[in-house]
Amino acid sequence: MTNPSYDPRVNRLKLGHADDPVKIEEGENWNIYEVFHQEKRGAHHEHVGCVHAPDPQLALIFAKEQFGRRKKCVNLWVVRSADILAFDLEDEDMFAGNLEKTYRDASGFKVMEKINKVKGAARQTNGKA
Amino acid sequence: MNQQAISDLITKMADDELILGHRNSEWTGLGPIMEEDIAFSSMAQDQIGHALALYRILQEHLGGTDPDRFAFLRPASEFKCCHLVEMPIGTYDFSLMRHFLFDHAEAVRYESLLQSGFAPLQQLARKLKGELKYHTLHADAWILQLCRAGGESYNRMQAALDTCFPLACGIFEPGAAEQALMDAGIYPGEQALYERWLHNIYLVLVKASLNMPDPAAITPAYGGRSGQHTPHLQPLLEEMGAVLRLDPAASW
Repeated sequence: MTNPSYDPRVNRLKLGHADDPVKIEEGENWNIYEVFHQEKRGAHHEHVGCVHAPDPQLALIFAKEQFGRRKKCVNLWVVRSADILAFDLEDEDMFAGNLEKTYRDASGFKVMEKINKVKGAARQTNGKA
Repeated sequence: MNQQAISDLITKMADDELILGHRNSEWTGLGPIMEEDIAFSSMAQDQIGHALALYRILQEHLGGTDPDRFAFLRPASEFKCCHLVEMPIGTYDFSLMRHFLFDHAEAVRYESLLQSGFAPLQQLARKLKGELKYHTLHADAWILQLCRAGGESYNRMQAALDTCFPLACGIFEPGAAEQALMDAGIYPGEQALYERWLHNIYLVLVKASLNMPDPAAITPAYGGRSGQHTPHLQPLLEEMGAVLRLDPAASW
């Protein structure tokens, strides 16, 4: 029984019976690349989505039309998704205590007094106007 | 300044872009993968945009008529496009090779127009520079990708090159009033553009290990510039103008 998909990429996999192990040869499937968009020079590149491509050069070429043809854009980055190292979802508990550790917030520094003083002064001025 | 000669130059450039833009848009929704479908459709739109910009120059500077009517209601015999752009889309190898050969030709033409003595063309060339850079980058990347894949992929690209090359040489069919345009510094003439184009495509073809047909051994597909076309143009024009001809006086 062959796979009845209309997607040529699926048919190229030459899938056999449903319970046969699937073996994918190197280069048989395209990679996914994450795309980062820069709105103006010096600004951060921001993640905007991903493209399928056979190599980084074509990933960049595809990204230009997917993500760089509307809005302002001066530059794009592409990074192979598989090259990104991330924590597992279940490791989220490592960050769970963050909200209790308020002593790590910058709010305790003396500069806050100055900031609040300036804010208060601004409020008074606005009140008078 | 020879107004008729400038009008002829602009008309043939615009007709090439209109017809190829329309042909390439026939791939929309049928492209090999979604990302490529979007990129190829977007470039087809760019080309129709270039055609409109050129028809507007005709209207505003050279006593031409309304761009829509000029594009959609002219008989085939008054079109000046080359045979390369008229051919049906065929298979993707053919369409990619045509895109590669045509967009490199367009790139050298607009690059020369950056120095044109006719200001509207010079301004347009400046505006389109970035777009054309992307078009050739896209074409080059695909040619290299498919040729380096070897096997059937390489063979199909070589066959597509052999088919497209004599048609593409027809882009540079010499024009009757070319000398006047060269003397006036409007553009450098077809022969000069042809030589620069050969040089540029050769650099990519070598990297792709493709064999460029011997330019001296082929017969360029001339005739389009004087209104002699392939049988493929007429049905295309009928389809393109079908809606407008229902009621040419309708306001949109």
